Amino acid sequence: MSTATQTVIETRGLGRDFRVREGMRRRTVVALDALDMRVEAGEAVGYIGANGAGKSTTIKMLCGILVPTRGEVLTCGHRPVPDRRRLAREIGVVFGQRSQLWWDLPTAESFRILAAVHGLDAAREKHRTGELVERLELDEFLTVPVRQLSLGQRMRAEVAAALLHSPRLLILDEPTIGLDVLSKQRLREFLVAERREHGTTLLLTTHDMGDVERLCDRVLLVDRGALVYSGTLAGLSRTVGAERVMVLDLAEPLPPLQVAGTTHRGSEGGTGGLGLRQRLAFDPAATTAAKVLAAVTEQLGAGNEVLDLAIEEPDVEDVVRRVYAARR
Amino acid sequence: MVDLAPYRAVLASRIRAQRSHRASFRLDLGSSVLVGFVELAEIAVLFLTVDRLGGLDLAAIVLVFGIADMSFSLADMVFGHCDNLPTYLKAGTLDVFYLRPQPLLAQLVTSDISLRRLARAAVGLAALVAGLVVNDVAWSLANAVLLVLAVVSGVVTFSAMFVWAGGMQFFLVDGYEATNAFVYGGRYAATQPASVWGRPLVVVFGFFFPMAFTAYLPTLTLLGLPGSDWLPGWLGWFAPVAAVWAWVLALASWRTGVRHYQGGGG
Repeated sequence: MSTATQTVIETRGLGRDFRVREGMRRRTVVALDALDMRVEAGEAVGYIGANGAGKSTTIKMLCGILVPTRGEVLTCGHRPVPDRRRLAREIGVVFGQRSQLWWDLPTAESFRILAAVHGLDAAREKHRTGELVERLELDEFLTVPVRQLSLGQRMRAEVAAALLHSPRLLILDEPTIGLDVLSKQRLREFLVAERREHGTTLLLTTHDMGDVERLCDRVLLVDRGALVYSGTLAGLSRTVGAERVMVLDLAEPLPPLQVAGTTHRGSEGGTGGLGLRQRLAFDPAATTAAKVLAAVTEQLGAGNEVLDLAIEEPDVEDVVRRVYAARR
Repeated sequence: MVDLAPYRAVLASRIRAQRSHRASFRLDLGSSVLVGFVELAEIAVLFLTVDRLGGLDLAAIVLVFGIADMSFSLADMVFGHCDNLPTYLKAGTLDVFYLRPQPLLAQLVTSDISLRRLARAAVGLAALVAGLVVNDVAWSLANAVLLVLAVVSGVVTFSAMFVWAGGMQFFLVDGYEATNAFVYGGRYAATQPASVWGRPLVVVFGFFFPMAFTAYLPTLTLLGLPGSDWLPGWLGWFAPVAAVWAWVLALASWRTGVRHYQGGGG
């Protein structure tokens, strides 16, 4: 099947208001103003924006959970609300905070039920479950009730549940929130492989820049209910000059380090202006982590050394804040 | 042809889960039976001081109780967890239902089943059988049909009450106490002779929520009793009509509720 030119998500002037009650008065809040977006088959798109920018509202309208107040939306060629049941066969959704699984049942049993829900025949169910269990490394906890799973395990099971019926479009709402580094890494690697194999279109909302960097070809940034950027993440970071922060743990406290090409972003764990842990922000386009570390090492006196170091990636929130600030 | 496999898969897993906690399941069964007998005893105690209540003697009341209680318990077993809708709304479970290719209401109804209600239905059945034995029923084909019709219509009517209440939850935040007044109040009303009700109660539980049609009126018809001006004995045959009306109410409430959830606000 040629999917190269198919449009998977298309919205025109999509908007949604909520009526909220404040005491006796009723007020209309615009959650999404007028969104025009397009996602082609096979794309991987990061949908980012501040809390309350309208991300969840958009996703709910794409799935047919909410009726749009205005505008048009087509998901996989279906109008989500009237064609919800047909659409459900073509999309898989993971809402970070709400589970598709049955909390008191083993994961394997949840998969069996979901296979019946989506009408998979025995051969397809066996093949697809086997594939997902192997790739997401679920076999170690397949027989454990979902409520006993760790967050990382549960998230992997949720993603498998959403992909069991081989949907064309996978929507992930904050898939890596709260996960440790290793779990994030495994999940991202799986998603890359899954997309390579099946050409699944991906739309994901996240606060984690790592997710966007490693998973998405394109970023959509929404602000106050409208699209303000569509393009690569690199392009977005360039426009706002996103920085990385090097966190250094020193053996002996020092006054704030002054390193060319970096900005000092605070010290901790020392007295009298000295700091054991220091943060240096740098622009990855202008210098490298290795150069910054070398410059720091030069400045350390005898008997002092860098015990540990971490690089903090720019937070999506941070990039978003900068874009928003530039627009206002 | 509707594919029932998805619903069967969910229900089978619920049943397995309930039976796997054997001790608590037995405890649930035991307490259900106990509550049923206490309610029955309550009526018997009432008849220590009076001979007749609303034109019915103790034997007839036991029959009313039996039909109503058994019908309600069966409806409660299948539809009772519609009461959990506020929890589902808060936890976002309902949003997950939207992601599956089955109708929402069908998914909600089949999302759980309370097997312990079977114990309660057994108490109702015992009262029903006792009622049929102690009353002087003129058995005929027509009366046998009437009895079956009454029980089936009763289950359908009470089920509709749960769905009606579910639909209302979309509007009422923490409003299940208000709807419980009608669902469980309705159940209580259904076990009573409707002839003792005042006019407002006849309007509410006689016709709007047709509780009188679930057990009281069929019992009158079965025993050949005259009934009252507002609720004459022959109305017992109209139990299926009442059941259809109850579902009209239920589906109207459910559809309005879902529209509100998707469209109106909050």
